[in-house]
Amino acid sequence: MEEKKIVMQPLSGRRRAYDRVLRFLLYFCAGLTCALLVFIIGYIFVRGLPHITWDFLSTAPSYINDTIGILPNITNTIYIVVVTLIIILPLGVGAAVYLTEYARNKKLVAAIEFATETLTGIPSIIFGLVGMLFFCELLGLQASLLAGSLTLVIATIPTIIRTTQESLKTVPESYREASLGLGAGKWHMIRTVVLPSSIDGIVTGCILAVGRIVGESAALLFTAGMGMSMNSFFSSFGNFIHSSGASLTVALYVYARERAEFDVAFAIAAILMLLTLVINLSASLVGRKLKRK
Amino acid sequence: MNLLFFICGFIAIVFVLFISIYLIISGLPAIREIGLVDFLFGTEWASTAAEPKFGILPFILTSIYGTCGAILIGVPVGFMTAVFLSKVASPRLAAVVRPAVDLLAGIPSVVYGLIGMMVLVPAVRRAFNLPDGASLFCAIIVLAIMILPSIISVSETALNAVPREYEEASLALGATHIETVFRVSVPAASSGIAAAVVLGIGRAIGEAMAIIMVAGNVANMPSLFSSVRFLTTAVASEMAYASGLQRQALYSIALVLFIFIMIINVALNTLLKRKKG
Repeated sequence: MEEKKIVMQPLSGRRRAYDRVLRFLLYFCAGLTCALLVFIIGYIFVRGLPHITWDFLSTAPSYINDTIGILPNITNTIYIVVVTLIIILPLGVGAAVYLTEYARNKKLVAAIEFATETLTGIPSIIFGLVGMLFFCELLGLQASLLAGSLTLVIATIPTIIRTTQESLKTVPESYREASLGLGAGKWHMIRTVVLPSSIDGIVTGCILAVGRIVGESAALLFTAGMGMSMNSFFSSFGNFIHSSGASLTVALYVYARERAEFDVAFAIAAILMLLTLVINLSASLVGRKLKRK
Repeated sequence: MNLLFFICGFIAIVFVLFISIYLIISGLPAIREIGLVDFLFGTEWASTAAEPKFGILPFILTSIYGTCGAILIGVPVGFMTAVFLSKVASPRLAAVVRPAVDLLAGIPSVVYGLIGMMVLVPAVRRAFNLPDGASLFCAIIVLAIMILPSIISVSETALNAVPREYEEASLALGATHIETVFRVSVPAASSGIAAAVVLGIGRAIGEAMAIIMVAGNVANMPSLFSSVRFLTTAVASEMAYASGLQRQALYSIALVLFIFIMIINVALNTLLKRKKG
Protein backbone atom coordinates (compact mmCIF):
# COMPACT_ATOMS: atom_id res chain seq x y z
CA MET A 1 0.00 0.00 0.00
CA GLU A 2 1.18 3.44 -0.85
CA GLU A 3 1.95 5.73 1.99
CA LYS A 4 0.16 9.04 1.83
CA LYS A 5 2.54 11.87 2.36
CA ILE A 6 2.24 15.57 2.11
CA VAL A 7 5.08 16.57 -0.14
CA MET A 8 6.22 20.17 -0.05
CA GLN A 9 7.20 21.28 -3.51
CA PRO A 10 10.71 22.66 -3.37
CA LEU A 11 10.80 26.37 -4.14
CA SER A 12 11.52 27.13 -7.76
CA GLY A 13 14.90 28.65 -8.54
CA ARG A 14 13.45 32.06 -9.22
CA ARG A 15 11.56 32.21 -5.97
CA ARG A 16 14.58 31.06 -4.06
CA ALA A 17 16.71 33.75 -5.69
CA TYR A 18 14.06 36.40 -4.94
CA ASP A 19 14.09 35.28 -1.33
CA ARG A 20 17.88 35.29 -1.03
CA VAL A 21 18.44 38.63 -2.74
CA LEU A 22 15.85 40.48 -0.69
CA ARG A 23 16.95 38.89 2.54
CA PHE A 24 20.51 39.94 1.77
CA LEU A 25 19.39 43.49 0.99
CA LEU A 26 17.47 43.71 4.26
CA TYR A 27 20.48 42.67 6.31
CA PHE A 28 22.77 44.85 4.22
CA CYS A 29 20.70 48.03 4.72
CA ALA A 30 20.19 47.48 8.44
CA GLY A 31 23.91 46.76 8.75
CA LEU A 32 24.72 49.90 6.79
CA THR A 33 22.59 52.03 9.11
CA CYS A 34 24.31 50.62 12.18
CA ALA A 35 27.74 50.87 10.58
CA LEU A 36 27.10 54.55 9.83
CA LEU A 37 26.24 55.19 13.45
CA VAL A 38 29.26 53.29 14.74
CA PHE A 39 31.50 55.15 12.31
CA ILE A 40 30.11 58.57 13.26
CA ILE A 41 30.37 57.94 17.00
CA GLY A 42 33.78 56.32 16.69
CA TYR A 43 35.23 59.03 14.48
CA ILE A 44 33.94 61.85 16.65
CA PHE A 45 35.24 60.25 19.84
CA VAL A 46 38.64 59.37 18.39
CA ARG A 47 39.16 62.86 17.04
CA GLY A 48 37.45 64.70 19.89
CA LEU A 49 37.98 62.99 23.23
CA PRO A 50 41.79 63.53 23.40
CA HIS A 51 41.24 67.28 23.23
CA ILE A 52 38.84 67.48 26.12
CA THR A 53 40.81 68.63 29.12
CA TRP A 54 39.75 70.23 32.35
CA ASP A 55 41.12 73.59 31.22
CA PHE A 56 39.16 73.28 28.00
CA LEU A 57 35.94 72.74 29.91
CA SER A 58 36.48 75.25 32.67
CA THR A 59 37.82 78.39 31.04
CA ALA A 60 36.68 81.05 28.63
CA PRO A 61 38.63 81.65 25.41
CA SER A 62 41.52 84.00 25.97
CA TYR A 63 43.29 85.96 23.25
CA ILE A 64 46.11 86.89 25.60
CA ASN A 65 47.04 83.31 26.43
CA ASP A 66 45.87 82.10 23.02
CA THR A 67 43.78 79.35 24.58
CA ILE A 68 40.29 78.19 23.78
CA GLY A 69 37.85 77.11 26.45
CA ILE A 70 34.20 76.34 26.11
CA LEU A 71 32.88 77.13 29.57
CA PRO A 72 30.83 80.08 28.23
CA ASN A 73 29.22 77.85 25.63
CA ILE A 74 28.39 75.23 28.23
CA THR A 75 26.76 77.77 30.52
CA ASN A 76 24.96 79.40 27.58
CA THR A 77 23.52 76.04 26.57
CA ILE A 78 22.38 75.37 30.14
CA TYR A 79 20.75 78.80 30.40
CA ILE A 80 18.92 78.34 27.12
CA VAL A 81 17.71 74.88 28.13
CA VAL A 82 16.49 76.04 31.54
CA VAL A 83 14.73 79.18 30.34
CA THR A 84 13.09 77.42 27.41
CA LEU A 85 11.87 74.58 29.63
CA ILE A 86 10.48 76.99 32.22
CA ILE A 87 8.36 78.60 29.52
CA ILE A 88 7.28 75.56 27.50
CA LEU A 89 6.40 73.30 30.42
CA PRO A 90 3.33 75.18 31.64
CA LEU A 91 2.32 76.21 28.12
CA GLY A 92 2.76 72.77 26.58
CA VAL A 93 1.19 70.83 29.43
CA GLY A 94 -1.64 73.35 29.54
CA ALA A 95 -2.27 72.91 25.83
CA ALA A 96 -2.27 69.13 26.17
CA VAL A 97 -4.68 69.31 29.13
CA TYR A 98 -6.97 71.56 27.13
CA LEU A 99 -6.92 69.17 24.17
CA THR A 100 -7.64 66.02 26.17
CA GLU A 101 -9.74 67.26 29.10
CA TYR A 102 -11.58 70.39 28.06
CA ALA A 103 -11.99 70.66 24.30
CA ARG A 104 -15.36 69.40 23.12
CA ASN A 105 -15.33 70.72 19.58
CA LYS A 106 -13.80 68.02 17.35
CA LYS A 107 -13.00 70.42 14.53
CA LEU A 108 -11.18 72.72 16.89
CA VAL A 109 -9.08 69.86 18.25
CA ALA A 110 -8.26 68.78 14.69
CA ALA A 111 -7.20 72.34 13.85
CA ILE A 112 -4.97 72.57 16.91
CA GLU A 113 -3.42 69.20 16.17
CA PHE A 114 -2.82 70.22 12.58
CA ALA A 115 -1.11 73.39 13.81
CA THR A 116 1.07 71.34 16.13
CA GLU A 117 2.06 69.02 13.29
CA THR A 118 2.80 72.00 11.09
CA LEU A 119 4.99 73.54 13.75
CA THR A 120 6.94 70.27 13.95
CA GLY A 121 7.57 70.38 10.23
CA ILE A 122 8.82 73.95 9.98
CA PRO A 123 12.61 73.99 9.53
CA SER A 124 14.65 75.61 12.26
CA ILE A 125 16.18 78.15 9.92
CA ILE A 126 12.69 79.66 9.54
CA PHE A 127 12.24 79.80 13.30
CA GLY A 128 15.61 81.49 13.45
CA LEU A 129 14.66 84.08 10.86
CA VAL A 130 11.29 84.92 12.38
CA GLY A 131 12.81 84.92 15.87
CA MET A 132 15.47 87.34 14.73
CA LEU A 133 12.94 89.64 13.06
CA PHE A 134 10.48 89.60 15.93
CA PHE A 135 12.39 89.17 19.17
CA CYS A 136 15.70 90.73 18.25
CA GLU A 137 14.57 93.59 16.06
CA LEU A 138 10.95 94.39 16.77
CA LEU A 139 11.10 93.81 20.53
CA GLY A 140 14.64 95.17 20.71
CA LEU A 141 16.22 92.22 22.49
CA GLN A 142 19.16 92.16 20.05
CA ALA A 143 20.97 88.87 19.64
CA SER A 144 20.66 87.52 23.16
CA LEU A 145 20.10 84.36 25.11
CA LEU A 146 16.55 85.44 25.90
CA ALA A 147 15.73 85.91 22.23
CA GLY A 148 17.26 82.50 21.51
CA SER A 149 15.25 80.84 24.25
CA LEU A 150 12.01 82.44 23.12
CA THR A 151 12.63 81.28 19.56
CA LEU A 152 13.22 77.75 20.82
CA VAL A 153 9.96 77.93 22.77
CA ILE A 154 8.13 78.14 19.44
CA ALA A 155 10.26 75.40 17.93
CA THR A 156 10.03 72.86 20.74
CA ILE A 157 6.55 73.30 22.16
CA PRO A 158 5.01 70.62 19.85
CA THR A 159 7.25 67.99 21.47
CA ILE A 160 5.85 68.72 24.93
CA ILE A 161 2.27 69.00 23.71
CA ARG A 162 2.40 65.70 21.83
CA THR A 163 4.07 63.55 24.49
CA THR A 164 1.92 64.98 27.28
CA GLN A 165 -1.21 64.44 25.23
CA GLU A 166 -0.25 60.82 24.55
CA SER A 167 0.24 60.09 28.21
CA LEU A 168 -2.90 61.95 29.29
CA LYS A 169 -4.85 59.71 26.92
CA THR A 170 -3.56 56.63 28.74
CA VAL A 171 -5.00 57.73 32.08
CA PRO A 172 -8.03 55.45 32.57
CA GLU A 173 -11.40 57.17 32.35
CA SER A 174 -12.39 55.48 35.63
CA TYR A 175 -9.81 57.55 37.53
CA ARG A 176 -11.49 60.71 36.33
CA GLU A 177 -14.96 59.42 37.10
CA ALA A 178 -13.92 58.31 40.58
CA SER A 179 -12.43 61.69 41.32
CA LEU A 180 -15.42 63.61 39.98
CA GLY A 181 -17.75 61.20 41.77
CA LEU A 182 -16.09 62.04 45.07
CA GLY A 183 -17.01 65.63 44.43
CA ALA A 184 -13.77 67.05 43.10
CA GLY A 185 -13.94 69.98 40.72
CA LYS A 186 -12.52 69.62 37.26
CA TRP A 187 -9.31 71.55 37.97
CA HIS A 188 -8.89 69.70 41.27
CA MET A 189 -9.32 66.41 39.45
CA ILE A 190 -6.72 67.33 36.82
CA ARG A 191 -4.25 68.55 39.42
CA THR A 192 -4.52 65.65 41.84
CA VAL A 193 -5.39 62.70 39.63
CA VAL A 194 -4.74 63.19 35.92
CA LEU A 195 -1.43 65.04 35.94
CA PRO A 196 0.29 62.90 38.62
CA SER A 197 -0.57 59.71 36.77
CA SER A 198 0.87 61.00 33.53
CA ILE A 199 4.03 62.47 34.99
CA ASP A 200 6.23 59.95 33.15
CA GLY A 201 5.00 61.18 29.79
CA ILE A 202 5.62 64.78 30.76
CA VAL A 203 9.16 63.91 31.87
CA THR A 204 9.79 62.08 28.58
CA GLY A 205 8.56 65.14 26.72
CA CYS A 206 10.95 67.33 28.69
CA ILE A 207 13.89 65.05 27.94
CA LEU A 208 13.07 65.02 24.24
CA ALA A 209 12.72 68.81 24.29
CA VAL A 210 16.11 69.11 25.99
CA GLY A 211 17.58 66.92 23.25
CA ARG A 212 16.08 69.14 20.59
CA ILE A 213 17.33 72.31 22.29
CA VAL A 214 20.85 71.00 22.80
CA GLY A 215 21.08 69.94 19.17
CA GLU A 216 19.54 73.08 17.74
CA SER A 217 21.79 75.39 15.79
CA ALA A 218 20.09 77.11 12.85
CA ALA A 219 17.45 78.71 15.06
CA LEU A 220 20.07 80.02 17.47
CA LEU A 221 22.65 81.35 15.03
CA PHE A 222 20.92 84.69 14.52
CA THR A 223 18.81 84.87 17.68
CA ALA A 224 21.24 83.99 20.45
CA GLY A 225 24.25 85.11 18.46
CA MET A 226 27.85 84.00 18.42
CA GLY A 227 29.28 85.61 21.56
CA MET A 228 32.10 83.56 23.03
CA SER A 229 32.81 85.52 26.19
CA MET A 230 31.63 84.65 29.65
CA ASN A 231 28.28 86.07 30.66
CA SER A 232 27.48 86.45 34.30
CA PHE A 233 23.72 86.22 34.41
CA PHE A 234 23.30 86.21 38.14
CA SER A 235 24.80 89.65 38.55
CA SER A 236 22.26 91.38 36.37
CA PHE A 237 19.24 90.53 34.31
CA GLY A 238 20.41 93.01 31.67
CA ASN A 239 23.12 90.57 30.70
CA PHE A 240 20.56 87.98 29.91
CA ILE A 241 18.51 90.29 27.75
CA HIS A 242 21.31 91.95 25.90
CA SER A 243 24.39 89.80 25.65
CA SER A 244 24.77 87.34 22.85
CA GLY A 245 26.05 83.90 23.63
CA ALA A 246 26.88 80.94 21.44
CA SER A 247 25.51 77.57 22.47
CA LEU A 248 27.71 74.49 22.07
CA THR A 249 26.33 73.76 18.60
CA VAL A 250 26.82 77.32 17.37
CA ALA A 251 30.32 77.34 18.85
CA LEU A 252 31.09 74.13 16.96
CA TYR A 253 29.93 75.77 13.75
CA VAL A 254 31.94 78.93 14.34
CA TYR A 255 35.14 77.06 15.29
CA ALA A 256 34.86 74.64 12.37
CA ARG A 257 33.85 77.02 9.61
CA GLU A 258 35.15 80.41 10.50
CA ARG A 259 38.24 79.74 12.56
CA ALA A 260 39.39 76.37 11.22
CA GLU A 261 39.99 75.16 14.80
CA PHE A 262 39.07 71.58 13.99
CA ASP A 263 40.38 70.02 17.19
CA VAL A 264 38.11 72.31 19.18
CA ALA A 265 35.21 71.51 16.87
CA PHE A 266 35.72 67.78 17.32
CA ALA A 267 36.02 68.14 21.08
CA ILE A 268 32.69 70.00 21.17
CA ALA A 269 31.19 67.38 18.85
CA ALA A 270 32.33 64.66 21.25
CA ILE A 271 30.67 66.47 24.15
CA LEU A 272 27.47 66.86 22.11
CA MET A 273 27.55 63.16 21.27
CA LEU A 274 27.93 62.27 24.94
CA LEU A 275 24.98 64.52 25.77
CA THR A 276 22.91 62.92 23.00
CA LEU A 277 23.76 59.47 24.36
CA VAL A 278 22.73 60.44 27.89
CA ILE A 279 19.52 62.12 26.71
CA ASN A 280 18.49 59.16 24.52
CA LEU A 281 19.28 56.70 27.27
CA SER A 282 17.27 58.55 29.90
CA ALA A 283 14.36 59.07 27.51
CA SER A 284 14.19 55.36 26.77
CA LEU A 285 14.50 54.48 30.48
CA VAL A 286 11.60 56.75 31.39
CA GLY A 287 9.68 55.51 28.36
CA ARG A 288 10.15 51.91 29.44
CA LYS A 289 8.93 52.73 32.91
CA LEU A 290 5.87 54.31 31.33
CA LYS A 291 5.15 51.20 29.29
CA ARG A 292 5.46 48.90 32.28
CA LYS A 293 2.78 50.87 34.04
CA MET B 1 -8.83 78.19 35.10
CA ASN B 2 -10.79 77.09 32.03
CA LEU B 3 -9.84 80.26 30.23
CA LEU B 4 -6.16 79.68 31.01
CA PHE B 5 -6.22 76.21 29.48
CA PHE B 6 -8.17 77.54 26.54
CA ILE B 7 -5.41 80.06 25.88
CA CYS B 8 -2.72 77.40 26.19
CA GLY B 9 -4.63 75.19 23.78
CA PHE B 10 -4.54 77.87 21.14
CA ILE B 11 -0.84 78.54 21.48
CA ALA B 12 0.13 76.24 18.60
CA ILE B 13 -2.36 77.88 16.25
CA VAL B 14 -1.18 81.31 17.35
CA PHE B 15 2.46 80.40 16.68
CA VAL B 16 1.73 79.01 13.22
CA LEU B 17 -0.37 82.01 12.24
CA PHE B 18 2.23 84.34 13.66
CA ILE B 19 5.04 82.76 11.65
CA SER B 20 3.00 82.62 8.44
CA ILE B 21 1.83 86.22 8.66
CA TYR B 22 5.21 87.50 9.69
CA LEU B 23 6.95 85.73 6.82
CA ILE B 24 4.38 86.92 4.27
CA ILE B 25 4.60 90.51 5.47
CA SER B 26 8.38 90.57 5.44
CA GLY B 27 8.76 88.45 2.32
CA LEU B 28 6.45 90.28 -0.04
CA PRO B 29 8.12 93.72 -0.42
CA ALA B 30 11.27 92.35 -2.06
CA ILE B 31 9.26 90.13 -4.40
CA ARG B 32 7.17 93.15 -5.40
CA GLU B 33 10.28 95.21 -6.02
CA ILE B 34 12.18 92.55 -7.97
CA GLY B 35 9.17 91.13 -9.74
CA LEU B 36 7.80 87.66 -9.08
CA VAL B 37 8.99 86.16 -12.37
CA ASP B 38 12.47 87.68 -12.17
CA PHE B 39 12.74 86.55 -8.58
CA LEU B 40 11.57 82.97 -9.00
CA PHE B 41 13.01 82.28 -12.44
CA GLY B 42 16.04 84.54 -12.56
CA THR B 43 19.10 82.37 -12.97
CA GLU B 44 21.59 84.74 -11.45
CA TRP B 45 22.07 85.68 -7.81
CA ALA B 46 24.52 88.51 -7.31
CA SER B 47 23.26 90.24 -4.20
CA THR B 48 26.35 92.33 -3.50
CA ALA B 49 27.22 93.32 -7.07
CA ALA B 50 27.07 96.97 -8.17
CA GLU B 51 23.98 96.05 -10.15
CA PRO B 52 22.49 93.43 -7.87
CA LYS B 53 20.58 90.52 -9.35
CA PHE B 54 18.15 88.51 -7.28
CA GLY B 55 17.20 85.38 -9.18
CA ILE B 56 16.66 82.39 -6.92
CA LEU B 57 16.13 79.67 -9.52
CA PRO B 58 19.57 78.19 -8.69
CA PHE B 59 18.55 77.84 -5.03
CA ILE B 60 15.15 76.37 -5.83
CA LEU B 61 16.61 73.85 -8.27
CA THR B 62 19.44 72.96 -5.89
CA SER B 63 16.97 72.35 -3.09
CA ILE B 64 14.82 70.18 -5.36
CA TYR B 65 17.75 68.21 -6.80
CA GLY B 66 19.36 67.82 -3.40
CA THR B 67 16.12 66.60 -1.85
CA CYS B 68 15.44 64.18 -4.73
CA GLY B 69 18.97 62.81 -4.48
CA ALA B 70 18.69 62.35 -0.74
CA ILE B 71 15.34 60.59 -1.16
CA LEU B 72 16.72 58.37 -3.92
CA ILE B 73 19.49 57.15 -1.62
CA GLY B 74 17.88 57.47 1.79
CA VAL B 75 14.48 55.94 1.11
CA PRO B 76 15.62 52.49 -0.13
CA VAL B 77 18.09 52.10 2.73
CA GLY B 78 15.65 53.43 5.32
CA PHE B 79 12.77 51.38 3.98
CA MET B 80 14.81 48.17 3.97
CA THR B 81 16.00 48.85 7.51
CA ALA B 82 12.41 49.43 8.62
CA VAL B 83 11.30 46.14 7.04
CA PHE B 84 14.22 44.43 8.72
CA LEU B 85 13.31 45.86 12.12
CA SER B 86 9.62 45.17 11.81
CA LYS B 87 9.51 41.77 10.11
CA VAL B 88 12.85 39.98 10.00
CA ALA B 89 15.02 40.86 12.98
CA SER B 90 14.76 38.81 16.13
CA PRO B 91 13.49 40.86 19.08
CA ARG B 92 16.95 40.85 20.58
CA LEU B 93 18.60 42.15 17.40
CA ALA B 94 15.86 44.75 16.95
CA ALA B 95 16.50 45.91 20.51
CA VAL B 96 20.03 46.79 19.44
CA VAL B 97 19.26 48.34 16.05
CA ARG B 98 16.29 50.46 17.16
CA PRO B 99 18.17 52.52 19.78
CA ALA B 100 20.90 52.98 17.17
CA VAL B 101 18.34 54.53 14.83
CA ASP B 102 17.04 56.77 17.63
CA LEU B 103 20.58 57.85 18.36
CA LEU B 104 21.13 58.68 14.69
CA ALA B 105 18.05 60.92 14.95
CA GLY B 106 19.41 62.67 18.02
CA ILE B 107 22.79 63.65 16.62
CA PRO B 108 22.87 67.45 16.16
CA SER B 109 23.01 68.58 12.55
CA VAL B 110 26.27 70.49 13.04
CA VAL B 111 27.93 67.21 13.99
CA TYR B 112 26.79 65.68 10.70
CA GLY B 113 28.11 68.81 9.01
CA LEU B 114 31.46 68.51 10.74
CA ILE B 115 31.90 64.87 9.75
CA GLY B 116 30.82 65.65 6.20
CA MET B 117 33.25 68.52 6.03
CA MET B 118 36.22 66.61 7.46
CA VAL B 119 35.65 63.14 5.99
CA LEU B 120 33.30 63.24 3.04
CA VAL B 121 34.46 66.43 1.31
CA PRO B 122 38.17 65.44 1.17
CA ALA B 123 37.22 61.91 0.12
CA VAL B 124 35.05 63.20 -2.72
CA ARG B 125 37.80 65.56 -3.82
CA ARG B 126 40.31 62.72 -4.02
CA ALA B 127 37.95 60.17 -5.54
CA PHE B 128 36.71 62.40 -8.36
CA ASN B 129 39.83 64.52 -8.74
CA LEU B 130 38.09 67.82 -8.08
CA PRO B 131 39.70 71.11 -7.06
CA ASP B 132 37.23 71.29 -4.17
CA GLY B 133 35.15 68.45 -2.78
CA ALA B 134 32.37 70.63 -1.34
CA SER B 135 29.53 69.96 -3.74
CA LEU B 136 25.91 69.01 -4.27
CA PHE B 137 27.01 65.38 -4.17
CA CYS B 138 28.32 65.69 -0.60
CA ALA B 139 25.16 67.50 0.46
CA ILE B 140 23.03 64.69 -0.99
CA ILE B 141 24.97 62.04 0.95
CA VAL B 142 24.75 63.97 4.22
CA LEU B 143 21.03 64.64 3.73
CA ALA B 144 20.40 60.99 2.87
CA ILE B 145 21.98 59.96 6.17
CA MET B 146 20.10 62.62 8.11
CA ILE B 147 16.66 61.61 6.83
CA LEU B 148 17.24 57.90 7.52
CA PRO B 149 15.90 57.90 11.10
CA SER B 150 12.61 59.62 10.23
CA ILE B 151 12.02 57.30 7.29
CA ILE B 152 12.86 54.23 9.36
CA SER B 153 10.67 55.07 12.33
CA VAL B 154 7.59 56.14 10.36
CA SER B 155 7.79 53.16 7.97
CA GLU B 156 8.33 50.78 10.86
CA THR B 157 5.26 52.07 12.64
CA ALA B 158 3.24 51.57 9.46
CA LEU B 159 4.59 48.05 8.95
CA ASN B 160 3.89 47.09 12.56
CA ALA B 161 0.28 48.14 12.11
CA VAL B 162 -0.40 45.62 9.32
CA PRO B 163 -2.91 43.07 10.67
CA ARG B 164 -1.33 39.67 11.38
CA GLU B 165 -4.16 37.87 9.57
CA TYR B 166 -3.00 39.24 6.22
CA GLU B 167 0.43 37.76 6.72
CA GLU B 168 -0.84 34.49 8.11
CA ALA B 169 -3.16 34.07 5.13
CA SER B 170 -0.27 34.61 2.76
CA LEU B 171 1.97 32.16 4.62
CA ALA B 172 -0.79 29.55 4.68
CA LEU B 173 -1.06 29.82 0.90
CA GLY B 174 2.56 28.77 0.64
CA ALA B 175 4.35 32.07 0.20
CA THR B 176 7.74 32.33 1.86
CA HIS B 177 8.31 34.75 4.68
CA ILE B 178 10.12 37.23 2.45
CA GLU B 179 7.47 37.01 -0.25
CA THR B 180 4.81 37.66 2.35
CA VAL B 181 6.63 40.69 3.64
CA PHE B 182 7.16 42.30 0.24
CA ARG B 183 3.96 41.24 -1.53
CA VAL B 184 1.51 41.56 1.38
CA SER B 185 2.80 43.61 4.31
CA VAL B 186 4.50 46.35 2.31
CA PRO B 187 1.53 47.06 0.01
CA ALA B 188 -0.74 47.08 3.06
CA ALA B 189 1.49 49.67 4.73
CA SER B 190 2.00 51.70 1.56
CA SER B 191 0.32 54.92 2.70
CA GLY B 192 2.37 54.95 5.89
CA ILE B 193 5.52 54.41 3.88
CA ALA B 194 4.48 57.22 1.54
CA ALA B 195 4.10 59.40 4.62
CA ALA B 196 7.64 58.45 5.62
CA VAL B 197 8.92 59.57 2.22
CA VAL B 198 7.08 62.88 2.46
CA LEU B 199 8.44 63.43 5.96
CA GLY B 200 11.91 62.72 4.59
CA ILE B 201 11.36 65.31 1.86
CA GLY B 202 10.36 67.87 4.49
CA ARG B 203 13.41 67.12 6.61
CA ALA B 204 15.76 67.29 3.65
CA ILE B 205 14.43 70.52 2.20
CA GLY B 206 14.55 72.29 5.58
CA GLU B 207 18.03 71.27 6.70
CA ALA B 208 20.48 74.15 6.82
CA MET B 209 23.44 73.84 9.15
CA ALA B 210 24.76 70.47 8.00
CA ILE B 211 24.71 71.28 4.31
CA ILE B 212 26.08 74.78 4.70
CA MET B 213 29.26 73.01 5.83
CA VAL B 214 29.50 70.60 2.89
CA ALA B 215 27.82 72.18 -0.13
CA GLY B 216 30.42 74.86 -0.85
CA ASN B 217 27.88 77.66 -0.82
CA VAL B 218 28.40 79.33 -4.21
CA ALA B 219 25.24 80.42 -6.01
CA ASN B 220 25.74 78.18 -9.07
CA MET B 221 23.08 76.46 -11.08
CA PRO B 222 23.09 72.95 -9.64
CA SER B 223 25.28 70.21 -11.02
CA LEU B 224 26.42 67.18 -9.11
CA PHE B 225 30.04 68.14 -8.51
CA SER B 226 29.87 71.90 -8.33
CA SER B 227 29.59 74.09 -5.30
CA VAL B 228 25.96 74.98 -4.73
CA ARG B 229 23.64 76.89 -2.45
CA PHE B 230 20.28 75.64 -1.15
CA LEU B 231 17.26 77.77 -0.20
CA THR B 232 18.09 77.27 3.46
CA THR B 233 21.79 77.99 3.14
CA ALA B 234 21.09 81.07 1.01
CA VAL B 235 19.24 82.53 3.99
CA ALA B 236 21.78 81.39 6.54
CA SER B 237 24.90 82.48 4.71
CA GLU B 238 24.00 86.08 3.96
CA MET B 239 21.80 86.98 6.89
CA ALA B 240 24.68 88.04 9.10
CA TYR B 241 25.70 90.99 6.93
CA ALA B 242 22.80 91.67 4.55
CA SER B 243 20.97 94.97 4.49
CA GLY B 244 18.35 96.79 2.43
CA LEU B 245 16.86 95.01 -0.55
CA GLN B 246 19.33 92.13 -0.17
CA ARG B 247 18.04 91.48 3.32
CA GLN B 248 14.43 91.68 2.19
CA ALA B 249 15.21 89.26 -0.64
CA LEU B 250 16.45 86.80 1.98
CA TYR B 251 13.07 87.05 3.73
CA SER B 252 11.46 86.29 0.39
CA ILE B 253 13.64 83.20 0.00
CA ALA B 254 12.46 82.09 3.43
CA LEU B 255 8.88 82.68 2.30
CA VAL B 256 9.41 80.46 -0.76
CA LEU B 257 10.92 77.78 1.47
CA PHE B 258 7.99 78.13 3.86
CA ILE B 259 5.51 77.63 1.01
CA PHE B 260 7.32 74.44 -0.02
CA ILE B 261 7.19 73.22 3.58
CA MET B 262 3.50 74.02 3.97
CA ILE B 263 2.67 72.02 0.83
CA ILE B 264 4.68 69.10 2.19
CA ASN B 265 2.98 69.39 5.59
CA VAL B 266 -0.49 69.30 4.09
CA ALA B 267 0.47 66.28 1.96
CA LEU B 268 1.88 64.53 5.01
CA ASN B 269 -1.21 65.22 7.04
CA THR B 270 -3.53 63.88 4.35
CA LEU B 271 -1.45 60.71 4.01
CA LEU B 272 -1.38 60.08 7.75
CA LYS B 273 -5.09 60.70 8.05
CA ARG B 274 -5.88 58.35 5.22
CA LYS B 275 -3.92 55.68 7.04
CA LYS B 276 -6.00 56.15 10.16
CA GLY B 277 -9.33 56.20 8.34
